[in-house]
Amino acid sequence: MTIAQTTTSDLNEAHGVNAVELNGIRIAFPLPDGGTYEAVGETNLVVSDREFVAIVGPTGCGKSTLLNATAGLLKPAQGQVRTFSKPLSGLNKHAGYLFQQDSLMPWKTAIDNVAIGLEVAGTSRREALEQARAWLGKVGLAAFADRYPHMLSGGQRKRVGLAQVLIRHPKILLMDEPFGPLDAQTRLIMGDLLLNLWSADRKAVMFVTHDLDEAIGLADRVIIMSAGPSSRIIGNYTIPLARPRNMADIKSEPQFHEVHREIWNALKEEVLKGYRQTEEVQS
Amino acid sequence: MNRLTLIGLQVLVAVVTLVFWHIASTTTLIGNPKTISFFFAEPLAVGKRMVQWFMEGSIWYHLGITLTEAALAFIIGSLGGVIIGFWFARKPLLAAVFDPYVKAANALPRVVLAPIFALWLGLGIWSKVALGVTLVFFIVFFNVYQGVKEVSPAVLSNARMLGMNERQLLRHVYMPSALSWMFSSLHTSVGFAVVGAVVGEYLGSAAGLGYLIHEAESVFDVTGVFAGMFVLMGFVILVDWLVTLVENRLLVWRPKTSVISNR
Repeated sequence: MTIAQTTTSDLNEAHGVNAVELNGIRIAFPLPDGGTYEAVGETNLVVSDREFVAIVGPTGCGKSTLLNATAGLLKPAQGQVRTFSKPLSGLNKHAGYLFQQDSLMPWKTAIDNVAIGLEVAGTSRREALEQARAWLGKVGLAAFADRYPHMLSGGQRKRVGLAQVLIRHPKILLMDEPFGPLDAQTRLIMGDLLLNLWSADRKAVMFVTHDLDEAIGLADRVIIMSAGPSSRIIGNYTIPLARPRNMADIKSEPQFHEVHREIWNALKEEVLKGYRQTEEVQS
Repeated sequence: MNRLTLIGLQVLVAVVTLVFWHIASTTTLIGNPKTISFFFAEPLAVGKRMVQWFMEGSIWYHLGITLTEAALAFIIGSLGGVIIGFWFARKPLLAAVFDPYVKAANALPRVVLAPIFALWLGLGIWSKVALGVTLVFFIVFFNVYQGVKEVSPAVLSNARMLGMNERQLLRHVYMPSALSWMFSSLHTSVGFAVVGAVVGEYLGSAAGLGYLIHEAESVFDVTGVFAGMFVLMGFVILVDWLVTLVENRLLVWRPKTSVISNR
């Protein structure tokens, strides 16, 4: 398998390198009245290669904005995004992005949606379909290859999305509340699936969520952001839980609760203050 | 209500209308049957005329002419609409500059163009095709333009992140989205292609269904007018049914149509 080889050598080459560096970036949007809205205040964040980082914060705090800047979909107003020691220009070619909204092409079947990432890179259609079939198997959807997205449930669509992103072997995986719209059980199952796939071929992951439990269960490191506007990082916690982990079981472990309590105690005030701020702005 | 009763009720509407029409035009129940049948013809005579047309085979020639005109109008109008629609949607400056002119051209009632086209292109099929094209073009143009503009931003960003270049985006994202909008307007645009052909024939030609109706009208042959209208109706219903078949086939990925065709 040529792809596996290149990936391994690329990983070796990149080992010990920072996959993502956000150096003092600020992100602002123009407002209709001529002013600007600063979504993210000056922020520094480093994600090393093979590290799983979860970013937690209240809704509307600019977590997605941070991912978009890393993906190259959005240019920061100030500061620099670096990826594997090179400044980012244009789209981040190392990154695969699993969006919060449904982003499968509705006019393509599940297998075509997965294969397209290889096809556009020049892989022959036969080879691409073969690999896509294998990836659909890995996410447990082998029997659904010929279904169109609207014939799949929300969870199944997310699985197809995951296969679609992972088939290209990105070195950085950006995930924007990917399991947000799913029910609690499905979220646990999807979390386990993600951990399984990730542990086979560790990539740098930036996982945005508003669920602290999910963040602690999945990540090596949890970053907490304050509420916007001008949100910033207000907490950075390394999670000492051993791997491999199981999303359902881990919540009953005493260590999980210790970590959870520690983070929550430290942040409660800050987070609640943030929420009050947002409410004042909104009212 | 099951399907059979529905069809039964639908047939009943036709039967009641025809019977009422027959009674009104042959008995004194409603008024003078001579007057009524002069203005509205008699259903049996209309039916006889249609049978006669089909038996003689003369109608096939006219149907063929109208079908050719409508098909050409549809193909040329759609191609133009797709190409210009795409071009404008991808070049916002161009669209902004031409916006008032497109609106002005579309605001013009197309019937007034028929004499001009007859002058330019003669009384053959091409003046009718041109009239149909002016109708079809704008429907397809606006739908393709909208389809390209309304691509979901999430799908677009996702396609970009999957490594698509401009050309691949066009083929895998913009084109399918635009075509789905175009196909959802297929009934309208095909209908307008027929309207263009028939109106063009009506205003000046030597063949086609519009010509047939116009000829009958000019000698107060009301039976011929009604027979022509019924043939035209049947023709349009048949074309519409074919469009539905094509649509179900092409838009299988869309929730509504696929549920009907697959389940």
